[in-house]
Amino acid sequence: MKNFYKKTSNLRIDILDSIFLAKSGHPGGCLSCVDLIYYIFKNYLNYKKNFFRKLDRNYFVLSKGHCAPALYAVVNELGIIKKKEMLSLRKINSLAQGHTHLTQKNLWMGANTGSLGQGFSFAIGYALGLKKINSKKKVFTILGDGELQEGEIWEGAMFSSHHNLNNLCAIIDYNKLQSDEKVKNIINVEPLKQKWLSFGWKVLSIDGHNYYQIKKVIDNFFKKPQKKPTLIIANTIKGKGVKFMEKNPFWHGSVKITLEQLNKAKNEIKNAKKK
Amino acid sequence: MKSKMQKKNNPDLIAKNSNSLRESFGKILTKISKKNKKIIVLDADIAGGTGLHHFKKKFKNRFVQCGIAEQNMMAMAGSLSLLGFVPIVTTFSVFMLRAFEQARLSIAYSNLNVKIVASHPGLDVGPDGASAQCLEDLACFRSLPNFSILSPCDSNEMELATKTLVEHKGPIYMRTGRSNSETFFNKKLGFSIGKGKVLISGSDFYIIGCGVTTLRAYKAAIKLKKIGISVGVVNMSTIKPIDFDLLKKISVNVKAILTVEDHSIYGGLGSSVAEALSNTNIDVYIKGMRTFGESGEPDELAKKFGIDENSIYKEVIKLKSKYDKLKK
Repeated sequence: MKNFYKKTSNLRIDILDSIFLAKSGHPGGCLSCVDLIYYIFKNYLNYKKNFFRKLDRNYFVLSKGHCAPALYAVVNELGIIKKKEMLSLRKINSLAQGHTHLTQKNLWMGANTGSLGQGFSFAIGYALGLKKINSKKKVFTILGDGELQEGEIWEGAMFSSHHNLNNLCAIIDYNKLQSDEKVKNIINVEPLKQKWLSFGWKVLSIDGHNYYQIKKVIDNFFKKPQKKPTLIIANTIKGKGVKFMEKNPFWHGSVKITLEQLNKAKNEIKNAKKK
Repeated sequence: MKSKMQKKNNPDLIAKNSNSLRESFGKILTKISKKNKKIIVLDADIAGGTGLHHFKKKFKNRFVQCGIAEQNMMAMAGSLSLLGFVPIVTTFSVFMLRAFEQARLSIAYSNLNVKIVASHPGLDVGPDGASAQCLEDLACFRSLPNFSILSPCDSNEMELATKTLVEHKGPIYMRTGRSNSETFFNKKLGFSIGKGKVLISGSDFYIIGCGVTTLRAYKAAIKLKKIGISVGVVNMSTIKPIDFDLLKKISVNVKAILTVEDHSIYGGLGSSVAEALSNTNIDVYIKGMRTFGESGEPDELAKKFGIDENSIYKEVIKLKSKYDKLKK
């Protein structure tokens, strides 16, 4: 557990470093979902790079693709890509495109993202496909809260329960902020729980930064047979770990981080780690 | 009971004539799918209209009902292809536009092996009117990297094209068709992606068609021959990649090339031909749609909007007199 927080602190630093070097990116959302991505990848997609070519395996899609730097930091930590590749974020000729680009060489990317809603459908396709090949493997996807305003999400939500995709787990990174403002001021997505329940999903709610709570729901989804598709509402803090970024929509992005801000943020994360 | 009622109330939904392109597609795909277990069909509650009701009946487990939700359907096809399936995405062409961005990001960007097969393209839709008459699909999907664009001209060619489509690796957008169509394509000519076929050779002009317009061009050319104008006809069933070699070859001896399509003049067959020949000296004339269509029977609409056999015939006569004057 201690190790988990240590690792995710390091991941936060990697995220900020790569966005700093890129001169643009979305730090706020990366910091809110990185704990979830790390837990899932570390425990259920900790494959060697070439293993991702195998069809019968678990799948992960970061549907809120603007938080790709968080995914890159995680796969770097797990040795799937090199640190140099992670730090090439948003640069010319780089593997780490501004939003994930799925290629035959980089199937761990899960999906092409950058247009909200599509990653969710892509994850649904994996879940359906796994069932069609009689696989017992499972699919995870992380959605943004603002992303729920896309109509495609609700197309997919209906489809998943109708086709009984009990091998699918969608997690909402519920940090309550979207690009311009609070979600509730843009288009309110509440009541979330009732919405998804009424769409025929199993709904759970957790603190998305708490190791034990993450572990409990993710392990339970994975290890126990499910009757319905699972939705996890992960209550998170946008900018988590960096006080001046927390709960401030400015850091949604795409923003430039100055050297001064970077150092301040990194110090804060390092100090918190010591405690 | 319900489906019977639907059929009764909405006879148009069921493709009656076995010679419509949608019916031929549905039948041949179903036949192929007996052997090819990788084929999986995605439908948006319109299998009765797209010809896929044949498939639905035979292969329940490989027929995915997506409901009237095209965006989700299109994006899912991408990941299904990564699991080794050959997903066939089907609905009316106009609704493919609704999922265009999904085709762009979730299919084209990763060059995924998905086949989009669109029925009800163009004025050929008829009475449903402008809202359903898709005149923009070729332009849209042609602009996507990695995509090949097909529009076979009759049931014979559809059979060959469908076999090729399933074997081809990479994304394809293919038009079928709603209306009854005469079968005239000689199967011996074969089919391969990126190859047009000369149906008649000519020395004055060439007309290039695709889909429903090929036969109209063919009939017009036969009539024109009777009045002494030698018009060649090319069936350009692959709009992308366009058959540049063939275009170069046919443009050597003729005065001009005329393209005819049941589609907007912006971005379709004509554009494709004109782009390919842009650094040559041949003149290219483009016939197609500039406006929305309206309700009416396909033949009435083709006549009204100038893409029927007679309009082609008249256009060539006009071109003939234009070039005769130029010679003087």
